Amino acid sequence: MDLTYTEEEQDFRARLREWLAAALPTLPPRPDPLDWPARRAYDTAWQRRLYDAGYAGLHWPADAGGRGATPTQHLIFLEETELAGAPYVGANFVGLLHAGPTIAAEGTPEQRARWLPPILSGDEVWCQGFSEPDAGSDLASLRTRAVRDGDTYIVTGSKIWTSHAEVADWCELLVRTEPVSAAVPRHRGITWLAMPMNAPGVTVRPLRTLTGTAEFAEMFLDEVRVPVANRVGDENDGWRVTMVTLFFERGTAFVGEVVACRRTLRALAAAARANGRWDDQELRRTLGRLNAEFTALWRLTQWNVSAAQRTGGAQGVPGNGGSVFKLRYSHARQELYDAAARVLGPGSLDLSHDWTPDRLSSLSYTIAAGTSQIQWNIVAERILGLPKGR
Amino acid sequence: MDFRLTGDQRALQAGVRALLEGRFGRERLRAAVGKPGPGPNPPLDRALWRELGDAGFFALRLPAKDGGVGLGLPEAVLAFEEAGRALLPGPLVATHLAAGTLPGAATGESVVTWVDGELVEWLDAADCVLGPGNAAGAVPVRSVDPLTPLHRVPAGADGARAAPAPGAACRSEAAVAALLTAAEQLGSAARTTEAAVQYAGEREQFGRSIGAFQAVKQLCAQMLVRTEVTRSAVYGAAVTGDPVEIAGAKLLADDAAVRNARDCLQVHGGMGFTWEADVHLHLKRAWVRAERWPTAGEAADVLAGALL
Repeated sequence: MDLTYTEEEQDFRARLREWLAAALPTLPPRPDPLDWPARRAYDTAWQRRLYDAGYAGLHWPADAGGRGATPTQHLIFLEETELAGAPYVGANFVGLLHAGPTIAAEGTPEQRARWLPPILSGDEVWCQGFSEPDAGSDLASLRTRAVRDGDTYIVTGSKIWTSHAEVADWCELLVRTEPVSAAVPRHRGITWLAMPMNAPGVTVRPLRTLTGTAEFAEMFLDEVRVPVANRVGDENDGWRVTMVTLFFERGTAFVGEVVACRRTLRALAAAARANGRWDDQELRRTLGRLNAEFTALWRLTQWNVSAAQRTGGAQGVPGNGGSVFKLRYSHARQELYDAAARVLGPGSLDLSHDWTPDRLSSLSYTIAAGTSQIQWNIVAERILGLPKGR
Repeated sequence: MDFRLTGDQRALQAGVRALLEGRFGRERLRAAVGKPGPGPNPPLDRALWRELGDAGFFALRLPAKDGGVGLGLPEAVLAFEEAGRALLPGPLVATHLAAGTLPGAATGESVVTWVDGELVEWLDAADCVLGPGNAAGAVPVRSVDPLTPLHRVPAGADGARAAPAPGAACRSEAAVAALLTAAEQLGSAARTTEAAVQYAGEREQFGRSIGAFQAVKQLCAQMLVRTEVTRSAVYGAAVTGDPVEIAGAKLLADDAAVRNARDCLQVHGGMGFTWEADVHLHLKRAWVRAERWPTAGEAADVLAGALL
């Protein structure tokens, strides 16, 4: 059990800090959150800065244009960028964390050369077309169809919860190339395609969430032609191709968020002290308990990253360790913003205070990327070995 | 950074587990518990205490030049986690803490207990009482835990809970006691998770094992999440030795041990409500440990103060 960083890791941290201190003051002002083209421009410009400084694709393998950094270096990168208040990965999220790693692992040399460099440099933005109105937690039941016509697929169907769809150049799309039947189980018959977002037949409609903003979109596909050359992996093998990205999860998925939550918690204490609610013992102890919670989540992050480091970082933590973390973190985040509402009192009904929209968005955490109920099933069946059942 | 256990730490963990399975297995546990009902307090097993001393359980952190094992807090935490798993009885934490100062404690020849509040554990069995409180005039209590005799210090006596003041000599000692208690709670939480999973896999109702029902399997999953979050908190606090982090570890560990024992009881159904099942022993001991400093409220106060 060692929580000290090696000399090499400390050196990496020091150089990163120095670079961030010089780079951040030169950033333009943050764009209006409702102005999608401005957000894309801001996010991709930051990605370009990272690229030029050699920090792009830190966790990608070197032969994919990345830096091949260790999980611990990636942890340090995410911790330091959050502490410094650097921009989030934003519009580059899908490219850097899902589509890119999938292409790096499963793509042909031509596909890697075509798609990976522009992701790293911020020139191209990707979105994710996985979920459908009738395929949420049960993703394998997806029904968007692709029919082969010579050297193209003709794709028809609809997707939902697609973030950054309005400004994306490419979509990593899961389609059904063979209908489910007695001979074809649900996880077979799915294919992974890179779909150009400017193809005729693609319609994007913003999806307004309970926060009042449109962070996501619905996507309607009407006989969209996608070249067969854009298929990554074999036809009908898309489920396995997609699962490969899970193995890039190295315990670092929520590093920045945990750092941010710990900062928010200290800000809550300061605000409570200032407005007198600190005198409420019950509220004060709630904040104290949250301090224990987020300290533990930070240690759990270091625990998972250490596990990934031991396997050489290539394999990653089995998604299962991530399930334990996500379950606890998503609930803790909701408790944090419920506590924020108690600190604010009636002010918690005022949307102009940052913590109010943050409280609303925290409601998505126990749903997105696998609901808590699905995660509990995963933990019970895959870690504890309990029988499958309904 | 490599937060995971080293090979030596895993060997220590396995060694303590094997030792306790051999010396204090389930049969010994049930013999010590005996039958329910009024009776004299269970005696402390002095022979077992000496064996623990011989194995280095109490002298674990003493420097080798003083006859100790020369290990640190992380190793002590691993040993106490095993003690918690096995429901090992006795004032383990107090005797471990006294190992450097009190003759006979390191070897298990002396039994040492601790008083810092209303309750004193194992007072009749103790050769020596340490701590900021005063056990004079303490009267026996009908302890809820059949394997932890309790005395109560009379109200107004000089045994009032002394929250360690910053810089006080007893501060670091109290923090270590809290950490080792948290480690025991962690061991108990892990054990009740295993017991619940095992029972859910074996017990059949409606023609299938009850672990196939989501309502049951999700309880088990929640137990594992509590255990693993607590493990990170306790191990992290052992590495840093930070008193605030230790308070957090104790808070989470108390919660995990108590709630996991209750969920384990629930998964066991009617069987869980019997004296024969071990789960009530875990729950009752977890309640006893949760009363040790810092309790949930005291820990939350420490943790809140650190936010400012």
